[in-house]
Amino acid sequence: MASLFSKYEGLAGSLGAVVAAGGRNPFAVVIEKPLSSTVGVIEGRETLLFGTNNYLGLSQSVRAIKAAQAAAEACGVGTTGSRIANGTQSLHRQLERKIADFFHRRDAMVFSTGYQANLGMISALAGKDDYLLLDADSHASIYDGSRLSAAQVIRFRHNDPDDLYKRIKRLDAPDAAKLVVVEGIYSMTGNVAPVAEFAAVKKETGAYLLVDEAHSFGVLGEHGRGSAEAEGVEADVDFIVGTFSKSLGTVGGYCVSDHPELELVRLNCRPYMFTASLPPEVIAATAAALEEMQEHPELRAQLMDNAARLHAGFVRLGLNASQRVSPVIAVTLETVEQAIPMWNRLLELGVYVNLSLPPATPDSRPLLRCSVMATHTAAQIDQALEIFRQAAEDCNVPLSAKETAA
Amino acid sequence: MSETVEGVSALIIQKLLSNPKVPRDINGDCKIMEDLAFDSLAVMNFVMEVEDSLDVSVPLDKLADIRTINDLAACIVDLKSKG
Repeated sequence: MASLFSKYEGLAGSLGAVVAAGGRNPFAVVIEKPLSSTVGVIEGRETLLFGTNNYLGLSQSVRAIKAAQAAAEACGVGTTGSRIANGTQSLHRQLERKIADFFHRRDAMVFSTGYQANLGMISALAGKDDYLLLDADSHASIYDGSRLSAAQVIRFRHNDPDDLYKRIKRLDAPDAAKLVVVEGIYSMTGNVAPVAEFAAVKKETGAYLLVDEAHSFGVLGEHGRGSAEAEGVEADVDFIVGTFSKSLGTVGGYCVSDHPELELVRLNCRPYMFTASLPPEVIAATAAALEEMQEHPELRAQLMDNAARLHAGFVRLGLNASQRVSPVIAVTLETVEQAIPMWNRLLELGVYVNLSLPPATPDSRPLLRCSVMATHTAAQIDQALEIFRQAAEDCNVPLSAKETAA
Repeated sequence: MSETVEGVSALIIQKLLSNPKVPRDINGDCKIMEDLAFDSLAVMNFVMEVEDSLDVSVPLDKLADIRTINDLAACIVDLKSKG
């Protein structure tokens, strides 16, 4: 009889090779104790955290911790129900109002995770007779949302508004509803979407536009409303989706929109309806973190300064870093055989980053993906850079990668 | 202009052979993922190139039923005849 696990044989082989090449499983790292937003204990050693997406450091916000404690005292630790049944408390509606007000939108829906926000919105919005147009480098939650929807799904080339336009025209379906989905900042590479150009295509073709600001919320724009604010095209974006688990340091997802039908989407959105709502302490901590983010715009300025410092350092070392400076900085290596030892060496020397291997990377090369925080000190960034230099030397990774790649 | 499965299949094979990593002895019955060692992302990227060459849209949900080069060719011929 066939084994359910025979399809895992290839994965077992790949994982075995990764562990054998480096001595540990990079996908099972345990942070034994977070000491601050920037330092955690891993394998008994104090380690600089450069791979946690905690852009503003708010996972350790004292104000958010106190709000969570008070909410748990007052309301308990869980709702034990779905948003459309017993899972909506006053706190949930208050947070939705706060998020909607922050974005100057009519209403907001709060989901239990950012993944579910994309899954839910995309599958609920795009039906059988509709077209979904996805950036080729979209996050898994966007692809999974497209699979849960009954829509016809077309990919366009990454960050290429002309290609989107061409593919919409090729459909030759002027009367069909179309939803275009892009991300503000792409999570693996740190690439920033040309949202204004996408908005222009949307207007010309009569499509709807959804922007996932998961990694750009709290990061881009004068007020931290993301890439659409930064490019001055918020009015052309129909739906903004995002997460609380990056800049706000908690967990949960949201969608904001001016479309009044959002109220009806709540009743046609499986990832919203068929799961428990966020517990009171998370809702309260998120609201407190949002207030803190709004009161401290200097965190955003510091974050960008830190990103520029790390990026400039990588360029100086001769590592192949992302072109654009953003809080996600990916160092591209040429081969998996280089990337695995180097990632392990970085961890041994005291820096944690994310190891991203193909096919989870956009082109077939591996990435050492770094995320910067507003709370990193200049000394921590310089120390991380020195450790990158040392690790590259120890692992025979050529510096001045751009020359060797040519 | 009507296209045949054989004609589209030949064009797909020609495009595949321009990639030096693809085995030289492929034919229409080859399974794209198993025989060509394409992962899911490589398949989607390749289909995007074929879309541009043949000026056709191949929705991603159609890819679930496609295993061989001839399956892809038949799907494209079908999509074009509807367009």
